[in-house]
Amino acid sequence: MAAKKPAERPNASKDELLKYYREMLLIRRFEEKAGQLYGMGLIGGFCHLYIGQEAVVVGLEAAAKEGDKRVTSYRDHGHMLACGMDPKGVMAELTGRIGGYSKGKGGSMHMFSKEKHFYGGHGIVGAQVPLGAGLAFADKYLGNDNVTFTYFGDGAANQGQVYETYNMAQLWNLPVIFVIENNGYAMGTSVKRSTKSPSLWERGAAYGIKGEAVDGMDVLAVKAAGEKAVAACRAGEGPYILEMMTYRYRGHSMSDPAKYRTREEVEKMRSEKDAIEHVRDLLLQGGLATDDDLKAIDKEIKAQVNESAEFSKDSPEPPVEELWTDIYA
Amino acid sequence: MATEVLMPALSPTMEEGTLAKWLVKEGDAVKAGQILAEIETDKATMEFEAVDEGIIGKLLIAEGTAGVKVNTPIAVLVEDGETVSDAPAPKAVAAAAVAAEAPASVPAQAAAPAPAPATVAKGWPHADLPEGPTKTMTVREALREAMAEEMRADPNVFLMGEEVGEYQGAYKISQGLLDEFGAKRVVDTPITEHGFAGIAVGASWGGLRPIVEFMTFNFAMQAIDHIINSAAKTLYMSGGQMGSPMVFRGPNGAAARVGAQHSQDYAAWYAAIPGLKVCMPYSAADAKGLLKSAIRDPNPVIFLENEILYGRSFDVPTDPDFTIPFGKASIMREGSDVTIVSFGIGVAHALAAAADLEKDGISAEVVNLRTLRPIDYDTVLASVQKTNRCVTVEEGFPVGSIGDHLASTIMQRAFDYLDAPVVTCTGKDVPMPYAANLEKFALITPAEIAAAVKSVCYR
Repeated sequence: MAAKKPAERPNASKDELLKYYREMLLIRRFEEKAGQLYGMGLIGGFCHLYIGQEAVVVGLEAAAKEGDKRVTSYRDHGHMLACGMDPKGVMAELTGRIGGYSKGKGGSMHMFSKEKHFYGGHGIVGAQVPLGAGLAFADKYLGNDNVTFTYFGDGAANQGQVYETYNMAQLWNLPVIFVIENNGYAMGTSVKRSTKSPSLWERGAAYGIKGEAVDGMDVLAVKAAGEKAVAACRAGEGPYILEMMTYRYRGHSMSDPAKYRTREEVEKMRSEKDAIEHVRDLLLQGGLATDDDLKAIDKEIKAQVNESAEFSKDSPEPPVEELWTDIYA
Repeated sequence: MATEVLMPALSPTMEEGTLAKWLVKEGDAVKAGQILAEIETDKATMEFEAVDEGIIGKLLIAEGTAGVKVNTPIAVLVEDGETVSDAPAPKAVAAAAVAAEAPASVPAQAAAPAPAPATVAKGWPHADLPEGPTKTMTVREALREAMAEEMRADPNVFLMGEEVGEYQGAYKISQGLLDEFGAKRVVDTPITEHGFAGIAVGASWGGLRPIVEFMTFNFAMQAIDHIINSAAKTLYMSGGQMGSPMVFRGPNGAAARVGAQHSQDYAAWYAAIPGLKVCMPYSAADAKGLLKSAIRDPNPVIFLENEILYGRSFDVPTDPDFTIPFGKASIMREGSDVTIVSFGIGVAHALAAAADLEKDGISAEVVNLRTLRPIDYDTVLASVQKTNRCVTVEEGFPVGSIGDHLASTIMQRAFDYLDAPVVTCTGKDVPMPYAANLEKFALITPAEIAAAVKSVCYR
């Protein structure tokens, strides 16, 4: 993690820190539960867990306002929870039930919420990048001040369409924030093995796009960087790139042989850089919360996640008629 | 020795043009490379340079003359001391002067794949055109008018693509739209099909109604992931929450002499995809009515045009509310002995074949599908139940063709009505060759259609 910390750490209030703690914990517990349900055969297909990267979406959502949009890859559960989508609807989509956000027809990788301005959930690596710029194109065309958070991984950063999009986003001054979630591995290929120019955000310089690397394990650093990028976009200063230096603790998907990195590396990140532990420490050491306060939150979150799991099991499978609906508007 | 300067072919499909302006006058000495004239084609106005040096002995075609056929002598170049009477009598010679981009000494009409003349198409009944006044316009003008009318009606409709704005359209479809609607709504893109197709899909989710122009659908291969995975599937994958109201349009299929990478017909590919709608107009009325429907449609629509048809003229209703619904075929010509089903430029070939067959006493009904998703099966089946024979016609490859699909549908739903197997006429199963003679063989022709009809009529 070579990311630099911001020069000045913003002061975060107790409420703010508790909010981040709660939101990050929800994602982690939700994902742990999803992993469990996958093991039980209740979730099928591909399932990519977000555990370890929670600070990225929670920090950036803290910098967003109503009307802002977001679009991401197939590792999308965290983004959905962070933008306020109902865990019940997300989990029921994972189990392929009618109560899911896409009525069970999208699955883990293809989920949307128009209400929360969440535009997917995309299974084609890198495809969400021009799609996100297109959402920003629409906002600019319509004359509002919304921005679009377009998330993609270090793997997608080598797709050609990313650079086609950089070119047009800067050419047309689009209010899009490109968020590279650099978790170090594109499936099983480390950044070092896929590129000789490991600083991904700097590639934007070729197009004149401003950007920076951010400690993506530090929710406050993420939020501060997000606010800066958002302000630039809202001011009409065009696109912005944030390279979030982060880490996923689990495999690429549920069927990951884990041969491409050592157990020690994962353990080191968990013990030294964990985003939730970091906020927990700030709360406890700053005297802003007690152990009991946090235990109470843990309990609430656990109940919320269990409720979503129960809902996802109880919600019926989509009726057969659903096979033939939603093909045409 | 005197040399004739011939009307040049300035594009692969140019058959004639307008001699817009002479930049030299009789008696002028010219050097090789000097601009002689401005020539206007259906695509653009271009400058025309001298290849040889000499003196302009005579200007044979007055400026402002329209419809000058390619290879017509337009001027005579003489050497110092010569007079025009020294010039050889006009004869068919290789073009003495052609523009830099045009291949020398290839008469353009030889390259065109035996198109039926526009007059054939004009007079045919167009079964479901509404009553009321019509005006004659080219397919190109009809497409432009459809876009302009819909852009006036809905401020969220915009056009994007390569050369749609300042260049006025690679095929002049968008000519004048930049002036009327401005650069916000007529967006010139870099050459980056994958990227701008994705941006357009995103814009459609964000509340806009993009029209994406591909310079040709061959280039849309770079963008096909967004067309299919992003545009066609999102309504379903989102459980009906959000779809992609947009149009992908541009020329499709063979033009003339542009080789394998610029000549593919994608009709069957796109028609295979649930979530897309697919139009393939033949006439200017089809083009206008279907494009207006496509722009208003809440789904992603693939709109497959044809470069050779762009310059052909047809009658089009003047009613600004004229549209053509999807899934409604048009019976272009009634007949009793055989049904010929086609779409796009195939309809021109089918009509030409039907006219020939009439001389042999065979009465062919010609069905123009107009849309390939949805397909108007009812009209096809009703016609086959009447004629008991069917030939399908398309320019695309034979394997997995629209004709294959129709043959299978007819077999399953009208087997007892068939007096002969359905025969599918398609392009040949080869990459499009460049050589003029080979290209002709690769394309479907009226003669092949007539032969297929005779075979199913056992004649």
